[in-house]
Amino acid sequence: MSGATSNKDRMQIPLQGMPEQEPDARVNNFSEVPLGYLEAAAWTEARRCLDGCKAPCIKGCPVGIDIPAFIKKIEERDFIGAARSLKKYNLLPAICGRVCPQQEQCELVCVIGKKGPAVGIGRLERFAADYERMSGLIEVPEVAPPTGKRIAVVGSGPAGLTGASELARCGYKVTIFEALHRPGGVLVYGIPRFRLPIDVIDNEIEILKKMGVEIICNAVIGKTLTIDDLFAEGFDAVLIGTGAGLPYFMNIPGENLCGIYSANEFLTRVNLMRADLFPESLTPVFLGKKVAVIGAGDTAMDASRTSARLHPEKVTVYYRRSREEAPCLPREREHAEQEGVEFKFLTNPVRFIGDDNYFVKAMECVKMELGEPDASGRRSPRPIPGSNFIEEVDTVIMALGFGVNPIIKETTPGLETNKKGVIIADPATGRTSREGVYAAGDIITGGATVIKAMGQAKIAARAIHEYLLSKASTVTA
Amino acid sequence: MSYPIVEKKELAPNTVMMQIHAPLLTKKIRPGQFIIVRVTPNGERIPLSISGWDGDKGTVRIIVQAVGRTSTELVRLNRGDSIEDVVGPLGQPSHTGQYGTCVLIGGGYGTGAIIPIAGDLKALGNKVIAIIGARTKELVLMEDELRAVCHRVEVSTNDGSAGVKGLVTDVLAEILKQEPVHMVTAIGPVPMMKAVSEMTRPLQIRTYVSLNAIMVDGTGMCGSCRVGVGGTTKFACIDGPDFDGHQVNFDELVYRQKMYIPYEKKAMELCACK
Ligand SMILES: Cc1cc2nc3c(=O)[nH]c(=O)nc-3n(C[C@H](O)[C@H](O)[C@H](O)COP(=O)(O)OP(=O)(O)OC[C@H]3O[C@@H](n4cnc5c(N)ncnc54)[C@H](O)[C@@H]3O)c2cc1C
Ligand SMILES: Cc1cc2nc3c(=O)[nH]c(=O)nc-3n(C[C@H](O)[C@H](O)[C@H](O)COP(=O)(O)OP(=O)(O)OC[C@H]3O[C@@H](n4cnc5c(N)ncnc54)[C@H](O)[C@@H]3O)c2cc1C
Ligand code: FES
Repeated sequence: MSGATSNKDRMQIPLQGMPEQEPDARVNNFSEVPLGYLEAAAWTEARRCLDGCKAPCIKGCPVGIDIPAFIKKIEERDFIGAARSLKKYNLLPAICGRVCPQQEQCELVCVIGKKGPAVGIGRLERFAADYERMSGLIEVPEVAPPTGKRIAVVGSGPAGLTGASELARCGYKVTIFEALHRPGGVLVYGIPRFRLPIDVIDNEIEILKKMGVEIICNAVIGKTLTIDDLFAEGFDAVLIGTGAGLPYFMNIPGENLCGIYSANEFLTRVNLMRADLFPESLTPVFLGKKVAVIGAGDTAMDASRTSARLHPEKVTVYYRRSREEAPCLPREREHAEQEGVEFKFLTNPVRFIGDDNYFVKAMECVKMELGEPDASGRRSPRPIPGSNFIEEVDTVIMALGFGVNPIIKETTPGLETNKKGVIIADPATGRTSREGVYAAGDIITGGATVIKAMGQAKIAARAIHEYLLSKASTVTA
Repeated sequence: MSYPIVEKKELAPNTVMMQIHAPLLTKKIRPGQFIIVRVTPNGERIPLSISGWDGDKGTVRIIVQAVGRTSTELVRLNRGDSIEDVVGPLGQPSHTGQYGTCVLIGGGYGTGAIIPIAGDLKALGNKVIAIIGARTKELVLMEDELRAVCHRVEVSTNDGSAGVKGLVTDVLAEILKQEPVHMVTAIGPVPMMKAVSEMTRPLQIRTYVSLNAIMVDGTGMCGSCRVGVGGTTKFACIDGPDFDGHQVNFDELVYRQKMYIPYEKKAMELCACK
């Protein structure tokens, strides 16, 4: 087929770089930073994928995408075919191509990646999905004839959107209930536009609507209606995809001073409420001159890079471990560095100091050193006695990870959770302790990734389908 | 989505009552809960107490005082206009139970907020006394409606134009002298809630206050609404809004409420609604 190019030749082809907005320009806007492959670059990159490879990448992908299949389609210049091939496994390739940690998944195990750079699988995924979207040739997935059964999906993040799509395809009447005024979950309130443009998400939501999925915003399940109310209203099953949205703080003195935000609040004000456009958009965000971001995960990178676009004098990321342990994607840390974000590793705040108006003006830090590896295998940090010092800061953004929102747990009798409030669900089915109630995404893992949330939602959707089929057959029998 | 205003009444200058059609919302409301509204597509999300609801008509009632850009835009809307977003009911319901004698204190919009609580407490067999505080007579809100759900209603005005001349705490002090009180709930401006809590503290009377912290989502996702209670941090939107008044760090709340003043001024200056 593509035998014209030998594997030896393929291995000579260099990794195709992805054009990006220059750092000087991009700190002045919220437009996307990586600009995507043009056709020629995508085709050349696709030719780096070896023929007859055992494709360990497929196992590296949490949802098992047939990666060589879609890449070969790109090599054949069947870009639409590539997108459709991707969608057999992954409903949201335009999103995953942009935000998946490929370096830890498919690209990590790529065969040519052992000798040089891996195939740009994420970049190719994004290319194919964008090509399909921009060409206007997106297919609305076919839906099976109506089963007459209704399913409530709670939350509209990646888990909810995927679950809704899978279930709609099986012929169920699906209603999504979303607490916020806009669907998308972390994709719209957390991840900034310069990493994931909003029209990519809106496009996916339009498709869902075309499939007959109803989306009811401003509905907090547990408050507006409970899970039990949903059953009473005639829903036959419920899929919970409410995410892990509860921000952690450090519980150190001065944490409630003005100017100290959780990353969630800061990002929500800017991404969802558009505080960057204030006063045209009416929600403000306070950003001083010296911004400290605490933590070094993806959320911290998003918070620091969003800060950089609001023009403070300085943005510094403080992390209690060293550069090697930072959980963020390396490419995001590089992007942050290019945008002028500084990093102070092995440094942890111990208290915040306020001015007369209760605004934070300084932060006392302590230097850290790494001790023995802890349960997670990472070396655990410990403070160096007497190493305390004061940093002048006037804005602090806490990006320390997330817990689980208590609302559903408090209002759903019989729904079992662990000590942290994470819903206990069978990993093979997403089934919870309540009959007919399934769960997927961060609500069962306590903070993971978009692709994992989607993978679990697909599993849960299948299990719901089987559950309703078996229920129907026992009723008729 | 859009939520039509089906009734509007001016209660006092810059203060209106509105009934909003939001049928999904009205199914589970309990006294003491609130909603969050976004008036326009570029609007801010602001919390408002629920002062009544009608499950059959699918309406929820709010009392709004125009204090800044969003609340002014809201009170300028008329019957037939729509609000962009309304979500709720949010927060924990108020503490209701069988206490004995309860004194409910409302200042400003808080007078509307105590009506459903008073109704519940009375139905549970408590003796319910309400105190309405206002600067002057024309700002005394909802007095008749409150009388219908309370055993006794007292009014205080700063200038003495209605009821007792003075503050709600002056009236409260009188009541405390007259009879034993088992529970106090105060909803309104922070200085009022603080003064009430200080007055009941030495008497060890259970006292609840409804904290009007600045909110964004109202579902526990952001932490904007964090308040200091008994030395720990709580989220007013999911742990409250009602808290033990003797445990609340009111000074912190006041500072945090002022966090965006320069922005609020700017937003108001640019408002066509002035
Ligand atoms: C700032 C940030 C950056 C990230 N970057 C990446 C990245 O680059 N790559 C990656 O793979 N992952 C990333 N993640 C993690 C990823 O976003 C999550 O793992 C993923 O969004 C989880 O999906 P979900 O559908 O389970 O939940 P969410 O996306 O959290 O969605 C849950 C939805 O449910 C709604 N909801 C909650 N409670 C209720 C209720 N009671 N009733 C109704 N609705 C409710 C919420 O409003 C929300 O819309 C990031 C996370 C954050 C916060
Ligand atoms: C639980 C709760 C219940 C409330 N109930 C009512 C009510 O029934 N009727 C009523 O008129 N008001 C109520 N408020 C107060 C109301 O939310 C504020 O007056 C409103 O947000 C002001 O917005 P603005 O744009 O008009 O004014 P701004 O000029 O923006 O602000 C004026 C002041 O209002 C406060 N405020 C501003 N933005 C917010 C926000 N997003 N969340 C909370 N407070 C904010 C600040 O302290 C600020 O200094 C309640 C507040 C809370 C937290
Ligand atoms: S308003 Fe966001 S957590 Fe309370």
